[in-house]
Parts: sequence; structure tokens; C-alpha cells
Amino acid sequence: MAITETTKSELRELISRYPEPRSALLPMLHLVQSVEGYVTQEGIDVCAQEVGLTTAEVSAVASFYTMFKRYPVGKHHVGVCVNSLCALKGGDSIWRRITNELGIGHDETSADGQITLERIECQAACTHAPVMTVNWEFMDDMDEAKAVTLISNLRSNKEVKSTRGPKVRTFKDVSRTIAGFDDGLVDEPGIDEAMLAGLKAAKQAGS
Amino acid sequence: MTKLVPNLTAHWDETDSYTIAGYQRHGGYSAVKKSFELGPDAVIAEVKESGLRGRGGAGFPTGMKWGFVPQGDGKPHYLVVNADESEPGACKDIPLMMANPHSLVEGVIIAAYAIRANQAFIYIRGETPHPIRRVRQAVADAYAAKLLGKNILGSGFDLEVVVHSGAGAYICGEETALLDSLEGRRGQPRLKPPFPAVAGLYASPTVVNNVETIASVPAIINNGAAWYKSFGTEKSPGIKLFAVSGDVKRPGIFEAPLGITMRELIDYAGGMVSERPVKFFVPGGSSVPLLTPEHLDVPLTYEDMAAHGTMLGTGTPMVFDTSRSVTQAVVRWIEFYKHESCGKCTPCREGTYFMVDILKRLEKGKGQISDLDLLVDISAQISGRSFCALGDAAATPVPAALKYFREEFETKLVGVK
Repeated sequence: MAITETTKSELRELISRYPEPRSALLPMLHLVQSVEGYVTQEGIDVCAQEVGLTTAEVSAVASFYTMFKRYPVGKHHVGVCVNSLCALKGGDSIWRRITNELGIGHDETSADGQITLERIECQAACTHAPVMTVNWEFMDDMDEAKAVTLISNLRSNKEVKSTRGPKVRTFKDVSRTIAGFDDGLVDEPGIDEAMLAGLKAAKQAGS
Repeated sequence: MTKLVPNLTAHWDETDSYTIAGYQRHGGYSAVKKSFELGPDAVIAEVKESGLRGRGGAGFPTGMKWGFVPQGDGKPHYLVVNADESEPGACKDIPLMMANPHSLVEGVIIAAYAIRANQAFIYIRGETPHPIRRVRQAVADAYAAKLLGKNILGSGFDLEVVVHSGAGAYICGEETALLDSLEGRRGQPRLKPPFPAVAGLYASPTVVNNVETIASVPAIINNGAAWYKSFGTEKSPGIKLFAVSGDVKRPGIFEAPLGITMRELIDYAGGMVSERPVKFFVPGGSSVPLLTPEHLDVPLTYEDMAAHGTMLGTGTPMVFDTSRSVTQAVVRWIEFYKHESCGKCTPCREGTYFMVDILKRLEKGKGQISDLDLLVDISAQISGRSFCALGDAAATPVPAALKYFREEFETKLVGVK
């Protein structure tokens, strides 16, 4: 794959949003991932050219941030939160179970190229622990059985829906959303019982 | 029993709470008009008077922060919203941006107007696509409604807002690291002073505020500082989002006056799962020292938490019952800080590695009694000697855990069990 003129013009559009070109670098690298599936050397070269930096400077930025991958990512990126609260509430057993199912570990991709697995840090969804993510979309209130079904559905290209978000697409698709290009999915439901727990309790108490 | 006060969360049960129509149906964006009538200095004065304190963890008075921005200096000013919520336990800003992004956008307009900024950025954590969609749409709808852009509502005030995605680095929640990241660099903290209010983004005066802080502003302008101060305590006025997670029956977001207690919040959350009692809780994210059942009735305020050796932090308590291992929880928190340490300064970069090694040795039952003192010593070496608050945060879990649960650590030593 190669960075086309279309992508280059989109990279320039990102630059145009900021007072200083370099500020667009993180979104630009997300856009590179959306085209290439990871931050390729070509992607780094193009970003450096567009922003007016050396490739070393862009590489230094790309290597700092966990979301930027320097190796090909599978069709889906699957995260399991193993920070304290999620780990103790089942994240550790989910991790053991699906690494066994898939035969791969942290930062590895299944042989069929469908899934890259990552032990992830807190996802700001502790009220929904234990939490998983598929291409960074929330998969809340997981357990081992749900995790196994999720993995099997992803591997067989069955429809999977985020618990607070849209139907799961691909790592590349979501990288484009994160880069700052609209995908028309804003109206997919994003509010659930846990987010309404206080409002409900307040209404019950008549306050 | 302290009453819950749904304010930011008041309409989350309406299916269109996140849309501009849903927001305006309940008076949304009326505070922008009111602010333009008041003028920027009066807006700062009102926010100062309300006593609103930063909701991102540090609790710095918001109006005072705005007041630090030099005026008439001829430089561009910037407002940057810190929406990089990544602290273990913190889960309030992400839901807020999902359910009520317009309260944030309205707050951005008012805050930018007050500090005379014509450019604002909302720096959202990259790993949260759905909140990114919601905030992007909210900003686009505000532009369409002429609430952003040139000459907003005929006031002569111009404001451009960019929604920016991070890329997975907890350190970027630290305001100067966030600014470096927003400039397209590695997210490492800067030496202070100069503070961002003087030399922030692009070396210009910049205010960095947390999502909840900014989103709290419209209601303060609409209802007045006196209304806001009628909640909470003198030193901790107002209302706060408390996100209660862990071993409670109904984890969730509870909006309440500061000063509500952990016992009350657990009650609202339906009590404990399996009726097992509380073993320990962390009042404000993993960066604040944990507390025990004897602290269940301490008011959750900045001053009461400080009096008990901890901090209110983000106000997002994690509750652990008696079935949970404190050592297991602590090792994961320290692993987190080790992973997220930016590497700039030695105490944090090396100290977190040392601590993880020792804690893992303990978990394997291979610890020595001297390891416990070594852990406390390393924590003391990191705290206050690191370049930024991440190091201080990394140094908090172990001493508190050892203070209250030393016996549990001692069961992990060689020859025990």
C-alpha cells in the first residue's frame, strides 16, 4: 500500500486546522494508520515532508505514544484492561482465557490476521469493569464467556456491536475517526444504566 | 443523607441529551448571551466568587487561574481543555462528553471569552472514539448555530475550536506535557515556571482546564455564584460528578454536593456486592492514597481528604471489598505508572521499575522483610524529587497500603505460608 495524493491532501487538511503545522502531527499519524494499518516508514516520511520536520523527529513522536504501532496490526485491535480494578473484577481471567483461545500474547497478532491483542491501561470506564475494547470502542461489563464469544465473532466476521458505540468496524476505520474525520456514527447509542445510576437514584429519592 | 443534585447529568435520560436541540431545550447556550452582557472581567469575577476548583485532580481555584492570564499583552491567548481522562479510577469526563458535550462547548465559549482567547482546543484522549464523535458533532453544530466562529451572536467575539485526539499517553494529562503533545511533540512535562498562564501553547498565555471544570461554568453564570456556593463547604463549594466503581451493586455516575460521604455514595450505588464489607477505597483515582472503612463517614471535600492524608483527586472512588488483595491492586497501579512514566526524570523512570520488581517478588512469596522498608524508601525518593506530578502519584499507593495493610504484605515474605 502507498500513501496516495488523496491521503496527502487529507494530511494537509489536518495541518490547516491548526495555527502551527506541527500541532497536526498526532492526528496525521492516526490518519497514516487508517491507510496503512500502522505507522509505516513511508507514512513517517510523508508526515515529515508535509510538516517540515526530519524523519527522526517524527519517529521520535511516533515511538512515544502507545496508540501508534510500528508493525502491522490485525483487522481488529482487541484490548483487555488489566489495571487494578478491571484485573481484580475479571480482567486477568479474561486475559488468560483469550490468550489461550488465540494462542497469542500481548502485542501479537493471530495467524489469520484478524486480531491483535493488547494488555491495555485504564480506559476511563471503571464503572463498567471489567472492560475490553475492540478498535478502541467500549466493550463494557465483560466476562470470560462474553470475551470468548466476542473473539469468535470477530474471527468469523460476524457483526459485533460496542456496548456504548457503533457496530464494530476495523482498526483502520476507527483510526480515521480518531484522526478527526467524521464517520456518520455519532448517533449510535452511548448512554447506559451506569451513566444514569445517579440520576435514577436522585429521582427515586425525589431530589 | 446528603441529597444528590443532578446538574450536568440532569437530562442524560433523554435520548437526545447529547444534541444541540436537546441541550437548548433546557436553556442551553443562554449562559453565553449572559456572559457577553456581563463582560469578560465580570465573568472571571463570578467564577472566582463561585469558588469553583479544578475538577481534574489538583483542585486549583478556576477563577484565579483565569485571572493569571495577562491582559493587553498583545499575544494570542489559548484555552485548552484537558479531556485526556486516563487516571485509573477516573471515569467522569468521558461519560460527560458522551452524554452532554454541549455543556463543555458552552463552557469553552464562556471561558475563552473571559480570558480573551480566540482559539481553543479540546484535547481528547485518543482511545475514546465515541466521545470524540460526540464532541466533534457538538462543535460542528455550535458553528452551524453561529455560536462559534466570527462575531458570535453579534458580540464582536471570535472563537475557533479544534477537537484534537491524543495517542495514548497518560502523562499528557499533565498540563505542560499536554501542551507539548498539542504542539506535535513527545508528551513530556515542562519546567515550571513559567506557568502556562504566561507561556503555554506556542509560548503564549494559555489556560488548561479539565472537562468537568469547564462544563460547570454555564450553570454558574446562569444561576450565579451564590447558588453554586449554596452546595458543598466553604473550602469545597459546589457540585461534583462522583464516579463510583468497584464492588458496589450499581457502579455509576452520581452528581452530588462536595461533602457527601463514601458511605452515602455506596448507599446510592445500592450497597456492596455480596454484602461483603469495604476493605479499602481510593477516593480520587489511583494517584491518591487509599482509605479504609474507618473513613467511610469523612466528607469528600478537598480539606477533609487532606486532613486524612489523602486527596479528593478526580472524585472518582474505587471501592474494594474484603475479598480483594491490596497487594495485587497496588502492583498493578505501580505497573501503570512504570508504563506511563515519560522517562524524562530519573526518580520516576527508575523508581517505578524498582518498585514493580520488588512488588512482583513479594507477589511470588519471595520477598524479604527489608523489601517493605525499601519500598517506602523508594517512594520517598520519588516523591518531591520527580519532574512532575506523575512521579508524586507513583509514590502514593505503596506507603498508604503499607500503613493500613502491612500484615498483608508480610504474608508475602519468604518462609511465610
